[in-house]
Amino acid sequence: MTLLGLLDREPSHGYELKRDYDTFFSRGKPLPFGQVYATLSRLVRDGKIVVGEVEPGVGPERKRYVITERGATDVESWLTEPVDAEPNLQTVLFTKVVLALMLGRPAEEYLDVQRATHLRRMTELTEIKRGGDLVDTMLADHGLFHLEADLHWIDTTVARLDALRETVAGR
Amino acid sequence: MKPIEARDVVLSFGETPALRGASVSVAPGEIVAIMGPSGSGKSTLLHCLAGILAPDAGEIHFDGRRIDNLSENERSVLRRQQFGFVFQFGQLVPELTAEENVALPLLLNGVKRAAALEQARPWFARLGLAGLERRRSGELSGGQAQRVALARGLVARPGALFADEPTGALDSLTGEQVMDLLVASAREQGTTVVLVTHDARVAAYADRQVIVRDGKVNALVRS
Repeated sequence: MTLLGLLDREPSHGYELKRDYDTFFSRGKPLPFGQVYATLSRLVRDGKIVVGEVEPGVGPERKRYVITERGATDVESWLTEPVDAEPNLQTVLFTKVVLALMLGRPAEEYLDVQRATHLRRMTELTEIKRGGDLVDTMLADHGLFHLEADLHWIDTTVARLDALRETVAGR
Repeated sequence: MKPIEARDVVLSFGETPALRGASVSVAPGEIVAIMGPSGSGKSTLLHCLAGILAPDAGEIHFDGRRIDNLSENERSVLRRQQFGFVFQFGQLVPELTAEENVALPLLLNGVKRAAALEQARPWFARLGLAGLERRRSGELSGGQAQRVALARGLVARPGALFADEPTGALDSLTGEQVMDLLVASAREQGTTVVLVTHDARVAAYADRQVIVRDGKVNALVRS
């Protein structure tokens, strides 16, 4: 969807798409050229883009891709649809806590280790923010806010462990 | 760069125990965040480390010197000469201008007014406050006032800076700017920092975090 979205700006060559993708979205993992052209072929096959004017020369670099109306509609729908807000509460962490209590293991210690792991990652992301540009900052913020929400859950769960232990034992 | 250490510190307020054997070591130049739920004893621990409160039992050491058994007066001198402070609401002196507020720790240590103001002024450009030197605290935004408070905390190049919820009264972005400046300035000067916060995103600016729970320090296990 990202490449399709980039084509919604203006018709582009594959190498231009890769360059823009790597600048804004890859975060240290450049997109292989093979994957760029494989995705473009699939989008052509699905009627979401077409190959525009072919420039003189050889190789795939001379092709300029143009988004179709169908492709533009897809981009619009994707942008306006909210991302799933994770309705499923059975996260790995939740499962670990309940299982730990069921098995008589030290759930609080596990949560303490998890808190430390979260805080360490938050420290790393904060360092990235302090030395980074605006794009890095915004991406790091996204991670930081999610980790912070997890930490709130961890703290509240620690405060509820005794009650949860009784609930688990009662089943 | 100067280390700080609390060893098995116990302190009660009347019948209510606040610290029940709290121990923590802060390495020279390290920035440590003390976190914990409300009422856990985290601010009390900061006040003991900073020589504001004297513990009932246990020891506090600063730069290799035991400070918990000093007299009230000796602790006051230590705080003035060695420590800087930043509190949640800035606590600037409203009758003084911003630059006089920054110069205050130097004036209290006997530096002449002109020299103190001369040392205070470079902090305004450094913290993005140029042009606000003559304003009084009522004429500053919350973020500006807190940066003035930060400059005041660091102007005398203290061995340690103690910050109690330094961004607690600020919005998220302004708080980040203050933390950015606090960390950068402390690292530049080699100042050891002890920071109390309930906010994990603020604590993430520190080199290390510790949790206080029920009056004891739970040094976080790094997985």
